[in-house]
Amino acid sequence: MSAIALAVRDSNTMLRRNLLHARRYPSLTLNLLLTPIMLLLLFVYIFGDVMSAGIGGNANRADYIAYIVPGLILMTIGSTTIGTAVSVSNDMTEGIIARFRTMAIHRGSVLVGHVVGSVLQCIASVVLVGAVAVAIGFRSTDATPLEWLAALGLLALFATAFTWIAVGMGLISPSPEAASNNALPMILLPLLSSAFIPVETMPGWFRPFAEYQPFTPAIETLRGLLLGTEIGHNGWLALAWCLALTVLGYLWSTAKFNNDPK
Amino acid sequence: MPSSVMPTSRKSDGRSLPDAVSAIGLRKSYGDKVVLDGIDLRIPAGTVFALLGPNGAGKTTAVKILSTLVTADAGDLHVDGHDLTTDPQAVRAAIGVTGQFSAVDGLITGEENMLLMADLHHLSKQEGRRVAAELLERFDLTDAASRPASTYSGGMKRRLDIAMTLVGNPRIIFLDEPTTGLDPRSRHTMWGIIRTLVTSGVTVFLTTQYLDEADELADRIAVLNNGRIAAEGTADELKRLIPGGHVRLRFTDPAAYHSAASALEEVSRDDDALALQIPSDGSQRELRSILDWLDSAGIEADELTVHTPDLDDVFFALTGNDQPAQPHQSKETVR
Repeated sequence: MSAIALAVRDSNTMLRRNLLHARRYPSLTLNLLLTPIMLLLLFVYIFGDVMSAGIGGNANRADYIAYIVPGLILMTIGSTTIGTAVSVSNDMTEGIIARFRTMAIHRGSVLVGHVVGSVLQCIASVVLVGAVAVAIGFRSTDATPLEWLAALGLLALFATAFTWIAVGMGLISPSPEAASNNALPMILLPLLSSAFIPVETMPGWFRPFAEYQPFTPAIETLRGLLLGTEIGHNGWLALAWCLALTVLGYLWSTAKFNNDPK
Repeated sequence: MPSSVMPTSRKSDGRSLPDAVSAIGLRKSYGDKVVLDGIDLRIPAGTVFALLGPNGAGKTTAVKILSTLVTADAGDLHVDGHDLTTDPQAVRAAIGVTGQFSAVDGLITGEENMLLMADLHHLSKQEGRRVAAELLERFDLTDAASRPASTYSGGMKRRLDIAMTLVGNPRIIFLDEPTTGLDPRSRHTMWGIIRTLVTSGVTVFLTTQYLDEADELADRIAVLNNGRIAAEGTADELKRLIPGGHVRLRFTDPAAYHSAASALEEVSRDDDALALQIPSDGSQRELRSILDWLDSAGIEADELTVHTPDLDDVFFALTGNDQPAQPHQSKETVR
């Protein structure tokens, strides 16, 4: 078997193993879904009037739903990747990983299996949160099929990037609890982005961080694709972040995985 | 320290067989701590080799290195004829490893674990199912096949572990403390499994801290202590290395002890325990002559025990530092 066919076959086997885990023990994924859904309901039904009044001048809950859904969709991805960090860390404490390392399989397949599994979980989670959003009244205004496709592509890229980073975090964490703590920025960063309020309303000293951290460009791009707002340079920024984080996360994770186990 | 005077025995038998494992000058340190301080091993194909040593001797590290899990600091290492540093993947294709800690996926069922191995060995679906069912049957796991492996008992997990190791038909199997933590029944089951493996021509490299296990299973035994091979040979050769056989006389009255000790000159004394040791091979004839001698000297001990040399003696003599497990061996004097 050629090297590539071997890599694909082994990665596919590892993916099926991870999906089996996720299917049999869905509680972790479902727990992580609760955060974005709760925040969505909280911000729309409890804070909605004040927030929308603060942003747009007059209280309009429907407008605010449209404003925060893109951010929460991306937050869903961040939240799901916390689960990835936890399950990678958990996996590394298992003897079976040592077994994999002593088998003549494609070495990267263990991590690739985790990454692909996690990206699929992210997409499933996004669909669920998206469904809740639609149920409470979110509608895309004028997205063309091409824009929907671009939105999906953005989400997949974003999920891949954050998953590779999460895998690295899982690998350096001595325990699943530590992994969960290390991965906390994945869910904190969206709070410091344009997900809930526009960057322009934040204090000046904080604005540069909020504007250029990975979540804001991705949120603004998704907002633009689904709601027709101005994307501007955010599209390229989002793309650059996704590629940079993917490459960084990949190199970091594979280096960590190739180190001798403790 | 006895280990420094015990030469590593090098036997020439089995030279005709190719080496399944050969290590020359294997070294590994973790930080300042030297775990393996230049060990040499040679295991002919089709034999069982036991690496025996106390906890922390470096047994697991040796297995981890030879099974490609961890890289060595130095050493010329070959497994199945492949160089460990330049061609680890070829080594991996030849070996199977069952580590000290269960290498099964606890979240999925026993059968799914087996099918996972079949997939990773690139068996066809049909072939994979057949091999999985066969091995589950052979290791008495068919009834438990559809339960998550995390619900298995220690013995069942270990059996599943070995069954998974066998999916790829490895030529060399590493078993790191295969019976540690098992109850006596499971332990004997495991011994039976290991013996069966050997009859099929597989080379077995096992580590153990149990002397009877090495005695029972291994063709050759190496005693590892403080990162060095203290001795190597067959169980019998090792037993011959130390003069462990003796008759032990124990007294309760110090006065009787001291008069006996002065009457019998060629004995080793254990003043704390009020015990004397007379070298003996444990045969009836020698025992009778010792008894006659004692009678004629008018010595009557409160307790007389015959101690024949076993691997315990070898083990404690070679690894004997400050804390032997059994008190009566602590004062063992080598004639």
